[in-house]
Parts: sequence; C-alpha cells; structure tokens
Amino acid sequence: MIYLMKLLRNDAVELVKLFQSDPNLIDEYVMETYEVIDEVEDLIKSYITLRPLDDVLRDCREVRERVRKGFKGRLAGLLIAVKDVIVTKNLRTTCASKTLIDFLPPYNATVIDRITAEGGIIVGKTNMDEFAMGSTTENSFFFPTHNPWDLSRVPGGSSGGSATAVSAYEATMALGSDTGGSIRLPAAYTGISGLKPTYGLVSRYGLISYGTSLEQIGPMARNVGDLALLLSVIAGHDPRDSTSLYVDEVDYTRFLRLTPIKNYKIAVIRECIEEGVDKAVLTSLNRSIYLLESEGFEISEVSIPAIKYALPTYYIIAMAEASSNLARYDGVRYGYHVRVEDRLWDEAYSEVRSNGFGIEVKKRILLGTFVLSAGYYDQYYLKASKVRKLLYDEFLKIFNQYDVVLTPTAPSLPPKIGEVITDPMKLYLSDIYVCTANLVGLPAISIPAGIVDDMPVGIQLIGPKLGEGTLINIAYIHEFKTGLKNLTPTVVRPYVQS
Amino acid sequence: MSSHNVKIGLEVHVQVTSLKTKLFCSCSSDYRGKPPNTNVCPTCLGLPGSLPVLNAEAVKAGLMVALALKCSISDLLIFSRKHYFYPDLVKNYQISQYDGVGGAAIAKNGFITINFNGGPKVVRIRRINVEEDPGKIIYPTGSLLTSKYTLIDYNRSGIALLEIVTEPDLTSPKEARIFVDTLRSMLEHMGLVNTELEGSLRVDANISLAGGSRVEIKNISSSKDVEKALAYEIIRQSKALEHGESIRRETRHWDDVKKVTVPARIKEVEEDYRYFPDPDLPPIKLSATVIEEVKSKIPELPDQRVERFIRTYGLSEYLANVLVARKVLADYFEECVKTCKEPELIGNIIVNDFKRWVEELDLSMNAAINMLPPTDLCRLIHLLNGNVINIKILKGVIPKVLKSGKNVETVIYEDGYADISDESVLMRIVDEVIQENPKAVSDALVNPKAINYLVGQVMKKSRGRANPDLTNKLLIKKLNEIGRASGSAG
Ligand SMILES: [Zn+2]
Repeated sequence: MIYLMKLLRNDAVELVKLFQSDPNLIDEYVMETYEVIDEVEDLIKSYITLRPLDDVLRDCREVRERVRKGFKGRLAGLLIAVKDVIVTKNLRTTCASKTLIDFLPPYNATVIDRITAEGGIIVGKTNMDEFAMGSTTENSFFFPTHNPWDLSRVPGGSSGGSATAVSAYEATMALGSDTGGSIRLPAAYTGISGLKPTYGLVSRYGLISYGTSLEQIGPMARNVGDLALLLSVIAGHDPRDSTSLYVDEVDYTRFLRLTPIKNYKIAVIRECIEEGVDKAVLTSLNRSIYLLESEGFEISEVSIPAIKYALPTYYIIAMAEASSNLARYDGVRYGYHVRVEDRLWDEAYSEVRSNGFGIEVKKRILLGTFVLSAGYYDQYYLKASKVRKLLYDEFLKIFNQYDVVLTPTAPSLPPKIGEVITDPMKLYLSDIYVCTANLVGLPAISIPAGIVDDMPVGIQLIGPKLGEGTLINIAYIHEFKTGLKNLTPTVVRPYVQS
Repeated sequence: MSSHNVKIGLEVHVQVTSLKTKLFCSCSSDYRGKPPNTNVCPTCLGLPGSLPVLNAEAVKAGLMVALALKCSISDLLIFSRKHYFYPDLVKNYQISQYDGVGGAAIAKNGFITINFNGGPKVVRIRRINVEEDPGKIIYPTGSLLTSKYTLIDYNRSGIALLEIVTEPDLTSPKEARIFVDTLRSMLEHMGLVNTELEGSLRVDANISLAGGSRVEIKNISSSKDVEKALAYEIIRQSKALEHGESIRRETRHWDDVKKVTVPARIKEVEEDYRYFPDPDLPPIKLSATVIEEVKSKIPELPDQRVERFIRTYGLSEYLANVLVARKVLADYFEECVKTCKEPELIGNIIVNDFKRWVEELDLSMNAAINMLPPTDLCRLIHLLNGNVINIKILKGVIPKVLKSGKNVETVIYEDGYADISDESVLMRIVDEVIQENPKAVSDALVNPKAINYLVGQVMKKSRGRANPDLTNKLLIKKLNEIGRASGSAG
C-alpha cells in the first residue's frame, strides 16, 4: 500500500480504522509523531514530561497485540497528550509547579483509565500555567510554551501545552482542563477545536483541583470529528466524583452530520461584540454568522446584562476555591519538601509554600483567602454565588428560545510572550467571553473561524445543559462550510507532509 | 465550688465505629493496630486530584443520633470546609459542617435528659456535625519537647466523627461526667460506637466561672477525666480569681498522665476557619423517607430500658440507672437473669461488687465480663442459694476472679471457700486424682472395692471438704467412662 500523505495527517477515526486493518501501522504512526516532536518540540515546548519513545512503543506493542486478537478500542493506537494537571499513575504529574516537582501519582484519573481502556496511548504531560492559573502558559515553573503559528506569541492558557501539542502534530488529540476558558482560549489561539463539557459530564477524579465548582476536563483536537470521538470516550458518570452527573454514555460522533439535526436558532450576545473586540476577531465572527445564516439558521442578537459581572464573579469564586484547594501543598506527604529536623512545622510549611508556588499562584491564594475571611465572606463569595445564580437564570431564559449562544472566544489575537504578564487586567480580560460558561456550568466549544495575518481566530458556541451534541453538530457544519479543519502551522508543515 | 456559678459546655467527638468504611473513601474504619500509613488511599491522604465520596451510612448514624437527641434536622445535608494548617490534616482543611452562612449542621436544637441528684435535668444540644477525623501525631520520644521531628500516622485520617455540642447548661464537673456517661450509653445502645476502643470518644470542655472568661480544655478522653479536668480548672480559676487575677480566654490541654490542664500554644489572633460549602460534595436533600427509615431502626434507648428494668425485673431506679449507664453492663445483667432468674440479687451484685471492682482494678468492662461470664456469676448465685457459700464469700470471690483471671471454680477450690458439693468443682479434683493415680484406676476398674483408695485421695486433696456421696458418684461415673473407652480400644 502506498500512502499519499503521512499517517499522522489522518483524522483519528480514519487512523483507528487503518490500525484495525493493519496493526503494524501503529508503530509507523508513532515513529512519525516522534519525528515531528524531535523537530519542533525544542521550538514550541509543549511537554513538561515527554514519555521516552521506547516506553510508548512498548504500549504500542501491547495495543497492537490486542487489536490482532480482535480488540476494537475506539482510540486503539492513538497518541494522546495530557495536560499535566491530570494525574497519571507512575508518570510524573507536576501541575507546572515546583511544589509537585517530583510527584509520581499512585493512581490514574478516571479519564486516563477510560482512554487506555479504549486503547489510547499517552504521549506525555503538557505544559500549562502553574495549577492552571493563567491564560498564556507563561506561568509555568518550567518554561513558557510558544505558539506554533508565531513562536513569539503565547499559545494561550492554561492548557497551552495541550493546544500546541495538537496543533503542531505532536499528538493526535489532547486533554485539557477548563476552569475559566483554559481549553477554549488556547484552542482559539492555536487554530484547533476545544470543548468544555457541561459541569459533571466528565469525571474530575484525578484532576488536580483549582476552581472545583467551575472546572471540567475536555477534549482538544484538530477537527470536530476527533473532538467528538475523544469526548465520547471520556464523558460519563463516575461514582468516584460526587459532582458527576447521572448520564448515559453518548456517542457524540453521531452528531457529525452535515444535515442539521434541526433548524438551529442562534443567539449572539450583544455585550460580547459591542466593545473591546479586535477587528480581526469581529471580521471572522461576522463571516461565521453569514455562513451559518446561509445554512438557514436563525441568528439574533440578545442581551445578557449580568454578563458584565461575570469576570469579577469568576475570579472571586476561582480564587476562593483555589485558596482552599491549594492548602494541601505543605511538603509533608509528597512533592517539594524542605529540611524539617529541629524546626517548627509551620516554619517548614512557610518555606515550602514560599519557594514552591509561583507569583500568580500566591496572588490568587492570598486573594482567595481574603474573600473567604470572616466578615468578607458575605460581601464576596456569597455575593458572587448569587450573581452566578442570576447569570444561570438569564442563560436558562435564552435557551428557552435559542439552541446555542455565539461569541468570540477571545477579544484579540494571542499576545506576544511577555506582553501581558506585567498587565494583569489585560490578561484577565482575555477570559471575559469564556469564563461565563464555567460560572453557569454549561458546555462550550471553541472552533477556528478564520486565519488573519497567519494567526488563527476562534469563535465560541455555548450550549444548554448537556447540549454537547448540538454544539458538535453546528461545529461540524461550520467546519465543513469554512474548510477550517486540520490547520497546520507553517513551522510544522515540512515535517507532516510526505 | 458551686458558689462560683460555673457554666460548662461540652463538645463531644465520637467515632462511628460501627461503620465499615471511612467517611469519604472505602478504606476500613477499623484502623487500630495496623502498621502506620497502611490504611490509606489517595482520598484520605488528600493526594492531588483525589475526591471525597460520602459514606451514606455515616449520615444515617448522624441522623439516628439527631433523632435520639430530639434535634431538628436540616433540610439539606451540607458539608463545609474548615481551614486550618496542621500536619495531621491531609488537605489542611477538614471536611466538616458549619452552622452559619452558607452551611448547615446536620441537626441542631436538641436535648438530653440526665439523671442528677435523684432528679431529671435537661441539657440542651446546640448542634451535631458529621465530620472527618484527622490523622494521628506521634512523637518518637513520646514528648513534643524532646522530639527532633514528628511522625504522622494517617490510618485514622478520614474516620467518620460526630461532633455533639451542648449549650453551657452544665453546672458542675459531676454533672458533666453524668452527661457524658448518659450520651455514651445512648450511643452504645444505638450500636454506633464501641466506646471501649481507645480514642473513640473525645471531649473538649468549655468552662467559665462568674467573673472569669471562657476557657476551653481540649483532649479529654473519658467521662472520669472530664470530671477531673473540670474540677482542676475550677480550683485553678477560683484561686486565681480570689487572688484578684483575671482569667484569660484561652485553650488548655488536659494532661491525662499528670492530671492537670496546661496552656496550649498561644495564638495572637482568633482562628478564622474560612468556612465555605465544599464544592466537591453537592448538598443532598434529607428526605422524610430517609429520616423515617432511620427512625424505625432506632433500638431501645437507655431511658426506655431503665423503665423496662424497673417494670420487668422490679429493680430500684438506682440499680436500673447504673446498669443501663453502660450497655455492656445492662446486657450482662440480662444474660445473667436469663440463666439464673434472680434479677434483684444479680443487679445488686453487678452494681455493688462487679462494677465497683472493674473500676477499682481499672479493667475494661468487656474484659471483666469475659473473666466472669454470666454462667459463672450464676454458678456463684447457685452456690449461694444452696448454702454452699455465704454472701460474704461470694463477694470475696469476685475480686479474686477479676484480679487473677482464674475462673470461679478454681478460686473456690483453691481458697477452700466451701464444702465441695458443687459437681463441677468436685469434678476437677476427681479428674486430677484419676490422672495422678493410674495404677489405682486400673485396680478399681477390675476390683470395685479398690475405688475406696481413690475416694480417700479426693478427700485428701480437698482437705476433707469433698462431699463423700457426690465423690463416690462422680468417681464411678468417671471410671465407667474410662472402662468403656479402654474396652472399645482393646
Ligand atoms: Zn482512604
């Protein structure tokens, strides 16, 4: 057989089919991927921990043997990158923090078990902002990650390493986590698709907590089909996560059809396009609106006044929960530790936490501690919880009339490395359109909507509770109409073409 | 002492030892005696990424206690995080409950009626919390001061605790002790807590004297020590007040070896626990169905049992109360009555002799009952009724049994308390004589007259106290058995 292109250029579903017909192709595909990694990883720095090729080949061999014996795993043979916030048994998990510099988890996150049960192979653990706090992947203890479309720009964050690994063909798909846009923002910045599921659809067991009530693990992929496949594998009830929804398993790939499941009504949030949006972003958004309208979908502008409170509300809740979730890093049981003999325990704790956490993490812990303090709880956390409820009610009203909500994913193109790290307000503003979905627990997807000045631009669709199927259906139609699929950054092109 | 107008409130922490697993993971709740840090998992070690899953049985235990303590039950079950840094706390927050904005205790506003100075007294319950137990700090040298480092055993981490908090309704150390005993008996009767297990019941006591401030005494592990610690504090504080010193609001620790309270490390600021609802554990509606189900499973409680003991067995209120104060003791009593049907006599012996000696010898009730099981106590009653021993001897046998661990027959036999006409006591001597005189036994097997030698030996061994007729009877029986056995063998 002669292939006209490299194996790794195939969609995931195609690859799995090829591997089923010829299990030996798995090795070839793995070798191809590692060749790309060899070429581009030094430039991009997607991975904190890349598994040695030999280890991956050993897993490969195992999957290959299983396939030969009739194993039909939905991910059998696929290389998947995992954000380093998700614990992997005996594979270092750092959260890009010095506090977890040598943490070898004794257990797997539920999503990892689900992926390996379907024959997926973990390539490595991807870079991120420390404890997922950030929007650029610059807040990593290890190194910043570079956007493959423009190495001087950030890839977005906090799941920046997962986004670049997928975008640069260093993995076929990836897992990210999204507390306030951390999957969708880097997806938009790197020209791929990323989905934050409905809160409770994907198990958080094994996801190192930052903003517990906000975050979900979600899939990132170069096309909507791959995204739907990975989502189908990781979604579902998990008794080990008390916030997990009781839902039946859904095969989201059945939403990959060009005839719309219904005549969709789409709402564009006025407050998200009124001001502060770059022209490049607006142009792409308008083109998408035009394409969707030409498909016969009804598109209207709606107003959600409370959305202006979303960003402060998000930060209050995220920081409050972070201050609590990160209290456990004290150096006693795992991770970075210091000499303790002849010292008081609180002295050792202070040293661990002073040296172990980066500046952004410390800032959020301090702010979170403040908003939970006696006398301030009502003023901040409780009030934020009320705004959250208000926002949810407003979204509920919208979904009584509309099927999805459309917004830009980010107000602007990815900033240059170092550009916003000194300007926290500008940095926090990049989360403005994405964090709302986390506050209301609704599913949201970012998909490519255009390439402006050789930089990708994304749009976001927010769906009703458990409306992932609708999002995937619309995203799939949009992808077909725009042709924005399997986008390949220039820097990677030489290594992925035959 | 009472002139000082004392106000005492208690916080009682009890482990729900009847549960199979910890509060939020599937590790065993039976953590005692295991090698350190082996009864653990990612969740009770607070490993990054781990999550809690509520043990529904623990909630039912909390509800049962709430119902028994006549509390009003919260509509929603809400767990809150209580933040403080301490090495025994794996997440540096404890999953607990918070009776305040954003939270709720599982139950509040209940009461317990205790029996004090011959009359009933109502002690109000402020609230009940369900929460997780921290791990255990171990000082390698046994003391904080001399240890270069501290070891931590997390086997206990995550064990289900109920925190039961009273209003400051108690007015004396004795009353506080009776409260703890009453509560303990209720918990025992509900089958939730084996209070004989070390550390299963811990008390913090708040005490204030008129003109003083509230002092909290932590780490008291028995009702006896509750009384001692509070008595110590009253003397310490009243002396200070008499000398014109002021009482600082502080936390003190009870040193149960030295039997004194010592000041805990002074904190500059009031602890702020930053309670907020645990987002890992969504609130759960406590439905009427669940509450009804729990209600229907509440077994006979101590006050009902006291009433029944008075009604059915004709016991005095005093005897009934003392017996029921410990479930094992009340069970022991009923076992004995089943066998030898002398409730009043048995009740008196158990309360005035058995229980007194158990306390004096500092034994656990279960261990003592094993040494003097109901059948043995009934044998003593039997000997007493048969005029073989008198009541004085009976009273003397009990401490001997409890001190030596020997059984009733041995004690009676060795001490020569009685003419031995009790079959089982005499049988022991007969057995010994047969063992020691094989020649005479084989003679007696062929020549019935030779049995007289053996009778003589029994009389000698019993120092003349053996009942001759019974001795004869037992020897013949025994010889017949031996004859049959060797006959079939030959
Ligand atoms: Zn455990």
